[in-house]
Order: sequence, then structure tokens, then C-alpha cells
Amino acid sequence: MKADVDPKATMTGDVEPGQVMLSVENVSLSFGGVKAIRGVSFDIRKGEIRAIIGPNGAGKTSMLNVINGFYHPQEGVITFKGRRRSAMRPYIAASQGIARTFQNVALFKGMSTLDNIMTGRTLKMKRGLLSHALHFGPAKSEEIRHREAVEHIIDFLEIAHIRKAPVGKLPYGLQKRVELGRALAMEPELLLLDEPMAGMNLEEKQDMSRFILTVKDTFNTTIVIIEHDMGVVMDLSDRVVVLDYGQKIADGTPAEVQSNQAVIDAYLGVAH
Amino acid sequence: MLYREAGQFKSSYSADMAMFPIRQDRIALALLLVVAFFIVPFVASDYFLRAILVPFLILSLGAIGLNILVGYCGQISLGAGAFMAIGAYSTYKFTTGVHLPLDWFGTEISIPPLAVLPSILLGGFMAAIVGILFGIPSLRIKGLYLAVATLAAQFFFDWVFIRVKWFSNYTPSGSVAAPELNFFGLVVHSSIERYLLCLAFVTVFAFIAKNLVRGSLGRQWMAIRDMDIAAELMGIRPFYAKLTAFAVSSFMIGISGALWAFVYLGAWEPLAFDINRSFQLLFMVIIGGLGSILGSFLGAAFILILPIFLDQVPHALGIPISVETISHLVFIIQGSLICYLLIVEPHGFARLWAIAKEKLRLWPYPY
Repeated sequence: MKADVDPKATMTGDVEPGQVMLSVENVSLSFGGVKAIRGVSFDIRKGEIRAIIGPNGAGKTSMLNVINGFYHPQEGVITFKGRRRSAMRPYIAASQGIARTFQNVALFKGMSTLDNIMTGRTLKMKRGLLSHALHFGPAKSEEIRHREAVEHIIDFLEIAHIRKAPVGKLPYGLQKRVELGRALAMEPELLLLDEPMAGMNLEEKQDMSRFILTVKDTFNTTIVIIEHDMGVVMDLSDRVVVLDYGQKIADGTPAEVQSNQAVIDAYLGVAH
Repeated sequence: MLYREAGQFKSSYSADMAMFPIRQDRIALALLLVVAFFIVPFVASDYFLRAILVPFLILSLGAIGLNILVGYCGQISLGAGAFMAIGAYSTYKFTTGVHLPLDWFGTEISIPPLAVLPSILLGGFMAAIVGILFGIPSLRIKGLYLAVATLAAQFFFDWVFIRVKWFSNYTPSGSVAAPELNFFGLVVHSSIERYLLCLAFVTVFAFIAKNLVRGSLGRQWMAIRDMDIAAELMGIRPFYAKLTAFAVSSFMIGISGALWAFVYLGAWEPLAFDINRSFQLLFMVIIGGLGSILGSFLGAAFILILPIFLDQVPHALGIPISVETISHLVFIIQGSLICYLLIVEPHGFARLWAIAKEKLRLWPYPY
């Protein structure tokens, strides 16, 4: 699976491993009177697994939506690969190399597993309407080339047996896996995973953790993960940022965060 | 089914991605084309060709076009009749010569009369352009609200083609007669020739539609249909995906409108493309199967053949049944069938056919 995928897409570009790839400074987001995120700052370094944790409603998913351009924060600055980002559409974030999965599986239900993952290659496919209409020559060879890349992902995620099955009928755990495959097909530099293990049993969680670690190691992909299973978070992530009521309450290695009093209070409650 | 893919192993992605991966399907399609092109014209009666097969083929093409928009891209449209009309009137103008004085700009557009084939294609392009214009609201509004916007297109163009006499070359009655169908010296006149002409158009565009929906563009359309937010986060531009769907769909509907006017009707007035035509195409797509090229054909066949079937069968069985009752029966059956399919099987006959095939693979065992 390693050598065959387009090497350019996994190249670091202008960011060296360990350097800051994306930084969020003082970002605030509110919907009317509801403040979802209040002045949060943190950074994501190239090649790390960065976890975002926090109780329900802490603003974790909103944070991901801000990062990939779905929400536009009222205040604050986001810098991606050294460039400051203004308000942008999500497809531009995608073209810059940010992919994500969703908390509630957001697959294209009417399409097969293969087509879903092929959709992830959209940005890499250049042929226009007319050559598609004939499905001959360049359009066909492009399709075959990308099919090959997608088959590597299918092999890697061990979903070859459901290749042609419509995703709407797959069990939940497999749907999550297909969704990861779809994001991987984009060969992203930054992969945002929103609760990839929600609702999974132990075995499925182990599989998913294995996939995430392999993705990080082989593609050198930077990963941001939101997860509620603390065991998984502590084992997988290099650094953890903790949100509560839209504010950052802790940031550091898993061990540091675990012993942080504010985090313990946020999770267990505190006597007032 | 009588056959299955067992034993047919694919050793290349090219073979696996073929339009019909199963060998028997390919043979069946080839046979069907041979029969349609070489046997039907000589076997079928004049009435059957002219009154059933020609409208069936033309409306199938329209249904394929509408299916791309509604079934594949998920954008509801009630304006199909308007786009057929645009195709028909544009073709008419191109065949009779366009003369448009633009006094304000001190210039004029003047195009000499063109041959029929380029005119039909240009008619399709005009429909595509208007389709893109009326598709722009789809970037903001969805579902029923979009349906209302396309309904506006329907009423607007009904009005335009009645009131703006320029489109009908100032004929006093407002009705328009198609010029001679001359294809590079070959004059299409008899029913057989008309049938073959329509068949050729439908075959070409059905293959093009099938190619489009299995390629990258088709996946973009379906992604927008199934989950537009996720599609955008995958890098799909909704602007591009939706407007290409509107363009391709309107192009095919425009071509079918031109054929309907030139080949089937011969002479027509704006009423030929009123809202009932839009509904007819939409019902074909819903009954036949949203998101299926085969379904477009099944839907067109059903909607056209049901009235004829109800007309003939009771007579043949000796059941006395009045003409009015039959026309009411058609409405009752179509209406209830649409309700039934929308509730039970939104993907229509095409899905029922697929389910039947799945069941037959295992028959007589349950699994």
C-alpha cells in the first residue's frame, strides 16, 4: 500500500515534521447568543496525533467545523501551513489537504463502498464532462488509475468483501471504516476524525486504532481525533487539548492532562 | 435470473468497470439493439411505429435527461416541459434562420437557416444554457422550494412562446410546422425512418448518460444528492456539480423536445409543452426509478402503454367499458401507483427489477 500511492500527496510540502502545521489563535464562534467556542488557541504539529476531548457540548465538533471551513469564526486567526486563512468554503479546505470523517456517519447512502471511496478522489480527477461522456481514452485511464489507488485503501481497511455493496445497508462499524477510507482516498495532509470509535465494540475499536496508527506512520498524515474513550485517547494521541463550555482548560501530553485538576473537575464535576 | 456472474473472473479494472460487467447482459443488449435496428422496422406495423415506438423513444430520452437531474443529482424539477419547448423552438428558429435585430446596440444577430441535425444539437445547447440559468437558484434553495423555482420556468416559457411571436415566425395562429427533416440529403419521412432516427438519438444519448453517471461527474452528482455537506467537505464544488447536472439534463430534454416537435408532432403549438408534459416526464422518472437509466425506459414504456393497454384489453375480453371510464382509470392507476412506489419503493420499477433478479439468483431457496 505504501509505494503505489502518489508520493507527492504525502510529501510534507512546506512544513517539516514536528513543526506547527495548523494553529488556531484566540478563535471564538457563536450562534446568536450561544457561544460555542470562546477564545481557544492551540496548534497542531506535522505528523502528530492530536486529540480534542471534553464533555458533551464542549465545542469539539464546532472546532473541527471551524478548521475545515464549514463554520466561520467571528474572532480569531487560523493559520494553515504558514498561510493565514480567511473565511473559506469547505471544498477549498479540502483542496488544501484537509479531510474529515463525521460523528454521525455521513456516507453517500445510495452509492457502493467503491463509489464512496472513489468520490474521495474527485479533487485528483481532472477530466471534464465531454471526455466522461465518451468514457474512452484519457477519462478511462484516469478512472483506472484512481481505481487502483482506491483498491489499495480497500485492501488496507480490509473491506474488499463489501466493495460493491451499497453502504446504506452495511453495519455501523463497517460504515465508519468506509468513511475513513473515503477520507484517506483524498490523501490528506491533515485528517480530522470526529469520534471514529463511537458505538463500536472493543474489537472494532482495536481495529480502528490500528488503522489510525498505520495511517499516521505510513502516510505521515497529521491526525486530529475527537474521542470519548479515554483509554483510546491516552494510548493513541501525542498531545491532548481539553475543551469545556467552549473554553480550553488544558493542553499537553496525555499524562499531563490526566493529572490536571481542571480536567478532572470538568469530567467528574466539582462541589460548588 | 437465468444467468449470473459466477465463473466470470475479472483480471483488470477495465473489465470490472465495464458498463455491463456480466457477459450475458452484454449479449442481451447487443441482441436488443440488433432487433431494434434491423428487425422491428420491418415487422412492426405503421401504427405501432408511429404512435407507440416513436413517442416512447423520444419521451425515454426526455426521462433520461430528467433522471440525471432528479434521480442522480437530487434536484427536483417541474420545468421539463419548458426545456422541451426551448429545444423545439430553438431548433425551429435555427432551421428557419435566426434574425434578431438589436437596435439598442446598433447591430443585429443574423444566422442563415441551418441543416436539421446541427439545429437539433444547437436546440439542445440553448436548453442547456437556460437550464444553467434556472439551476442557479439550486445553489441556495433545496427540495420543494427548488421545485417551485423550476415551476416558474415552466410558466414563464409557456407564456414566452405564446406571446412572443418572434419564436413562431409570426404565424397568425401561433402554431408552427416543422420544415422537412433533411439529414445530409437523406429525407426522413416514413414511419420507419422516423423510428430509426429517434432510435439512433436515444441509443447515443443513453450510452452517454450511462457513461456520465458511472464516471467522476456522476459520483459528484450522487454525492450531492445523498449528503451535500459531506460532498462539499470532500472537495466537490456544489456549484459545478449542480450546474453540470442542470446543463446535461436540460440538453437531453431539449433534444427530446426538438424530436418530439419535429419527428413526432410535425406541427405544434405551445400547448404541446405545457405543465402536463413536465408532470408526465416526472412520473416516468418516479415510476421507472430515480437514479436509473433503465428505469427511464421502463417508466416511459409504462406511462405510454398503460392507456393503450386499458383501451385494448377490456375490449378484447368483451368487457363493456366506456372511453371516459378508461381515461379516468388511467389517472387512478397512475396516481395510486406513484403513491405506492413513493412509499414502498422510491427507486421504482428499476429497483423492483433488481430485487427480482436478486431473488431469482437464489430461487427456490430463501438464501
